[in-house]
Amino acid sequence: MTQSLDRLVDMPTAEALYLKLLEGVRTLIKDLPQEQVHLVGILSGGAWLAERLQQDLKLPGAMGSLNISFYRDDFDRIGLHNQVTPSEIAFDVVDRHLIVVDDVLYTGRTIRAAMNELFDYGRPASVKLVVLIDRQERQLPICADFSAWQIAEASTGSVVLAKTEQGTFSLHIEPETPDA
Amino acid sequence: MRNPQLNKHGELTHLISTEGLSRDILQHILDTAQTFVPLAERDVKKVPLLRGKSVFNLFFENSTRTRTTFEIAATRLSADVFNLNINVSSAAKGETLLDTIANLSAMQADIFVVRHESSGAPYLIARHVSPDVHVINAGDGRHAHPTQALLDMYTIRHFKKSFSNLTVAIVGDVLHSRVARSNIHALTTLGVAEVRAIAPLTLLPSGLAEMGVKTYTDMAQGLKDVDVIIMLRLQNERMRGALLPSSHEYFKHFGLTQEKLAYAKPDALVMHPGPMNRGVEIESAVADGPQSVILNQVTFGIAVRMAVMSIVAGASS
Amino acid sequence: MRLHLKNARLIDPAASVDRVTDIWMAGGRVASIDHAPDAFTADRVLDVAGKVVMPGLVDLSAQLREPGFEYRATLESELRAAMAGGITSLVLPPDTDPPLDEPGLVEMLKHRARQLDQVNIYPLGAMTVGLKGETITEMAELTEAGCVGFAQADRPVSDTRVLLRAMQYAKSFGYTLWLRPLDPWLARSGVAASGAYASRLGLPGVPQQSETIALHTLFELQRAVGVGLHICRVSSAGGLALIQQAKAEGLPVTCDVSINHAHLTDVDIGYYDTHYRLDPPLRGQRDREALRMGLAQGTIDALCSDHTPVDDDGKQLPFAEAEAGATGLELLLSLAVKWALEDKVPLLDALARVTQGPARVLALSAPAMPPIGGLSVGSPADFCVVDLDAYWTVDRQSLLSQSQHTPFLGMELPAKVLATGVRGRIIWESAR
Repeated sequence: MTQSLDRLVDMPTAEALYLKLLEGVRTLIKDLPQEQVHLVGILSGGAWLAERLQQDLKLPGAMGSLNISFYRDDFDRIGLHNQVTPSEIAFDVVDRHLIVVDDVLYTGRTIRAAMNELFDYGRPASVKLVVLIDRQERQLPICADFSAWQIAEASTGSVVLAKTEQGTFSLHIEPETPDA
Repeated sequence: MRNPQLNKHGELTHLISTEGLSRDILQHILDTAQTFVPLAERDVKKVPLLRGKSVFNLFFENSTRTRTTFEIAATRLSADVFNLNINVSSAAKGETLLDTIANLSAMQADIFVVRHESSGAPYLIARHVSPDVHVINAGDGRHAHPTQALLDMYTIRHFKKSFSNLTVAIVGDVLHSRVARSNIHALTTLGVAEVRAIAPLTLLPSGLAEMGVKTYTDMAQGLKDVDVIIMLRLQNERMRGALLPSSHEYFKHFGLTQEKLAYAKPDALVMHPGPMNRGVEIESAVADGPQSVILNQVTFGIAVRMAVMSIVAGASS
Repeated sequence: MRLHLKNARLIDPAASVDRVTDIWMAGGRVASIDHAPDAFTADRVLDVAGKVVMPGLVDLSAQLREPGFEYRATLESELRAAMAGGITSLVLPPDTDPPLDEPGLVEMLKHRARQLDQVNIYPLGAMTVGLKGETITEMAELTEAGCVGFAQADRPVSDTRVLLRAMQYAKSFGYTLWLRPLDPWLARSGVAASGAYASRLGLPGVPQQSETIALHTLFELQRAVGVGLHICRVSSAGGLALIQQAKAEGLPVTCDVSINHAHLTDVDIGYYDTHYRLDPPLRGQRDREALRMGLAQGTIDALCSDHTPVDDDGKQLPFAEAEAGATGLELLLSLAVKWALEDKVPLLDALARVTQGPARVLALSAPAMPPIGGLSVGSPADFCVVDLDAYWTVDRQSLLSQSQHTPFLGMELPAKVLATGVRGRIIWESAR
């Protein structure tokens, strides 16, 4: 029987996890040619993280953001998602090293969609994945190159990243909503 | 009576007319279109959203340009597109509209994009397709051309940001124009300050006041301080004679020249659904001038049609 | 057949009668009311306590589609529908195929009807040959064959010389012309009434002037000639006002309105429902109110079914391409009662519009005809038994007509006909 996420009380704060993420990304990219590295955040949680990482890492290359709603695999079930902000990849992805940033890695379907979308922009040299939290309940063969926190047991509910007006991150657990 | 365009969950499952659609639904279509606009800049302009779906373009009236934009829109969504030009004479050879639809439905069509000369034809079709098939009206008689109105609204929103304080004038053959009707409903729903129609009386239908429109038979008065001018094409094929003496006289009094454009606000938008009759309803200097957003309309048209197809295809059955 | 109806609530608008009593019928006529005739043994006694017995309805316009359009309807099917509606006399417009412009065709029709031996049929002859509006027909021969008047159905005569001559010719013999007020050009290009709703729907409109201009023309010519006119299917407030003026002036005019126009407006078309595709088109609220007022006051002499059978192929088309018309025989009585209930019109007046009123129109048009539409002693025993309080639903199961297209589909209507009798013989009974 899977337990609810909110029983996992020993998870650090979002801010603490962000610092771990920052160090993880720094290590990950240190041997790559810096001008060819671009962060790509998945809207909206991943994009917030990518924005802060972009400031803190002071990368020369612009960051991008991805709205994966056109590449999801659940269109027939749920229809078009309401997310309004469109993807923005203002740089040429060809031969670049992309670091995809997301808040929570769960089944892996979001990352599958993100990769398909990225490749429609061009052929990157490499793609790495960094996430704040890895729930490790994969339904596809996807893994993160770095995660700040791992949740080993299967659990119900969802983890949601929030950002205050001042830019501070926090994590909230939302219980499982029964399917409509 | 529930609007036949909405399913029982209130989702848009057909797009037949802008009339009767809430402001929320119209805004949702415009917002969704906005997310499709950047795709045109990419190398790969497609997204896989409608992969595996079949879109049948059913044009009972010839139209290369509208059909092509729907084709582009569907292709960019990765749908399979099938074009059927059924001109009137082959339909007159015996197959009724409903028989045509039944035959095509048997070929697993997911979306019908329909253009027909009879007002109301898309409603008839929508009543006879199964719940997971969607009808998009590409123009029915004089009644509606909702995707044109939506791309016109998108264009207005793009340049003017807000609808609230706008005065919009529609000039030309309003009587026969489905574009005019769809625009009137969209504009009033989205809350513009004033909608005007300018034309000789022979080209103005009765009942415009009830639709929220002020009528003018003089360009100088009608265009005064207007923010948006939507020019309509003078449709030769729709006029059964005796409505206008000549296009020469029409152009002199109702054609949009630079001189008449000056009555409107200096930043007024000049729009036209196309194709234009230069020298009949609009002067080239205006059509190609700085206030013209006619080409933008065409670009936005693809994104708007992609949005409409995605939204209806995603409605639950 | 000797019939005794017991405890009937007899409503006979022609005699201003509305009371509970007994009625005896023999030899095809009403033998006695209130008191049993001497030495009368009934073949059948019907206890109709709580029910209404009234004269069989007289319907001034019912297309039976025979000859020529049998795939849409036949005499058998439509006469059954008429009987189920309590109708015992029907006037037929001449637009059959071929049109009724020759005595032989009229005789054949009357012969067919006699063989069926059900309701009484009164055909209108074509006013012009082929209904083409060019040459006038042999009106005297047609009258001899059984026509009760002359009409053009829905084909207006555009040549005013022909119209004038037809009036003069008819007047010479004392015949009446039954004409729809349609301007030949304005009426032609529209499928809905000009106005806000037609504009929103993008449907070409028929302006009210199509009716008023036609009426002006008809009355102007009538003033010069003096011929009797029955105006068929008035549909607008403006048209009704002109008819009212003509009557006040003393012109020999009668008129009717269809059940559709007495109840519906253009907005009811909704999302292009072809059941509302009618000729003349449905007009607005103001027009409907004027028509109902006209009916109540008697300016409009008769309410008719305007029965026009259309098959499925004719209706499953876009609105402007669909065929105009609706079935109506079975709805005439119910819709008369519905109107009476809604507008609080006295029942006697309302029922007069479907019995005495149309009977009088017929009597003016065909004076040689024996009088109908009443149930006094000596009247032909044409009657129907009605449960005024019962409601029934208009649906495919309940409709007997071969055409099931009516804008009233799905509605619950008051007044159910339980039995219909012609010449003292019960020709139809509801399954009860």
